[in-house]
Amino acid sequence: MQLIPCPWCGDRDEVEFHYGGQAHLVHPADPDALSDEEWAGYLFLRDNPKGWFEERWSHAAGCRRWFTVVRHTVTHEVRGSHRPGERVAVSAS
Amino acid sequence: MAYAESPEHPAGLWRNPDPRRTYDVVIVGAGGHGLATAYYLARNHGITNVAVLERGWLAGGNMARNTAIIRSNYLWDESAALYDHALRLWEGLSEELDYDILFSQRGVLNLAHSLQDVRDSVRRVEANRLQGVDAEWLTPEQVKEFCPVVNVSQDARYPVLGATLQRRAGIAKHDHVAWAYARAADALGVDLIQNCEVTGITVRGDRVTGVETSRGPIAAGRVALAAAGHSSLLAGMAGLRLPIQSHPLQALVSELLEPVHPCVVMSNAVHVYVSQAHKGELVLGAGVDQYNSYGQRGGFHVIRQQMAAALELFPAFARARVLRTWGGVVDVSPDASPIVGLTPVDGLYLNCGWGTGGFKATPGAGWVYAHTIAHDRPHPLNEPYTLERFTTGALIDEHGAAAVAH
Repeated sequence: MQLIPCPWCGDRDEVEFHYGGQAHLVHPADPDALSDEEWAGYLFLRDNPKGWFEERWSHAAGCRRWFTVVRHTVTHEVRGSHRPGERVAVSAS
Repeated sequence: MAYAESPEHPAGLWRNPDPRRTYDVVIVGAGGHGLATAYYLARNHGITNVAVLERGWLAGGNMARNTAIIRSNYLWDESAALYDHALRLWEGLSEELDYDILFSQRGVLNLAHSLQDVRDSVRRVEANRLQGVDAEWLTPEQVKEFCPVVNVSQDARYPVLGATLQRRAGIAKHDHVAWAYARAADALGVDLIQNCEVTGITVRGDRVTGVETSRGPIAAGRVALAAAGHSSLLAGMAGLRLPIQSHPLQALVSELLEPVHPCVVMSNAVHVYVSQAHKGELVLGAGVDQYNSYGQRGGFHVIRQQMAAALELFPAFARARVLRTWGGVVDVSPDASPIVGLTPVDGLYLNCGWGTGGFKATPGAGWVYAHTIAHDRPHPLNEPYTLERFTTGALIDEHGAAAVAH
């Protein structure tokens, strides 16, 4: 069980959240210009690090807003979270 | 229902050699797939200058963490062909390897709890029959007859409206499977090397030349990855980015019980899968945790959901005690189907993305992967399972038959 720090609602049980995978993915600015390989990359290729990961969570059973969490994929330690457009405030590891 | 006695284990099943400096083929990962691949490389293709490298101990990863279920009732032709090839190999494996793997074809029920479940299930039965895979549709009454311990009351929150049955499906003893393959591969000259972590993959130009390990560099003409859960990290060492995400998958067992559960029951809708191990434990599988993790453990709420689902289907289990829980790390691909084949690096081969279905495929995966490595081209059965399908769009979408939500 993980406590996920919603930037609006505070720490809540992970069952209230929906996971959205890797953060900071940007929709192609000019979709028509993409090659098949670029489309495959955009749709299917994601980082899968063993360590710190910036990922998206949505507070589905709360404020229903999306935000970014910095979480360790081995220890499940959470280093911080931030709203879209903000940078995360983290302590040095 | 017959519960076989476990065979005595010989004192030494395989040698424990130091790694040589060079091999024709290095397989990374001594789980079921790696060991089966090594065995079929030697037996089917005469390639015996092979090392299987394992960073921990042999078959101590997902091979020791699965629920041992074997079936081949997938939806798409590509999947049914691959998994049924595996099932046919399972059927002769104890004799082939001269070691009892306790393969028990006790039948697998996949329950339907909604009208759409019923339609999808009947469709799958018909598809399986066209593919030559045995499949039947059972009414709730027939489900009760086949597995008396299942609650088929129509007053349940998610009533059982019927089930598919594959009679040839069942369970095997996963440890025995690994040891049997390991012993047979070793006898054919394969070096099984434990406590040997791969820390790098060396590539010259477009061609793999070997691996760096915690026990020194090892040169190899071909390098085959078979390290479920960690494939992204390994492939990254060769500069490849895979469409793979790693997730925890949990299961648990109860204390030992008298024989009460004669088959395997799976339910996608309420989400649990249950069988009774040869020794008597109830083995309960859950879904994957939603987040990426390499932690080999998951969230307690997933276990809670799994147990709630189990009690809905099996009220008699309410007083069974949990003996232990565990988690593995599974490679999940975007279409819930594996990636088995070549990579953009010559001589580097990929076997990953089995998600929650790797154990049942073990002999078939080893068979086709060995062929792929030996001939530098896929076996007809794994031809569709390319890395390129995520670019071409020729996906094999098996989410509906994967039995675990991911």
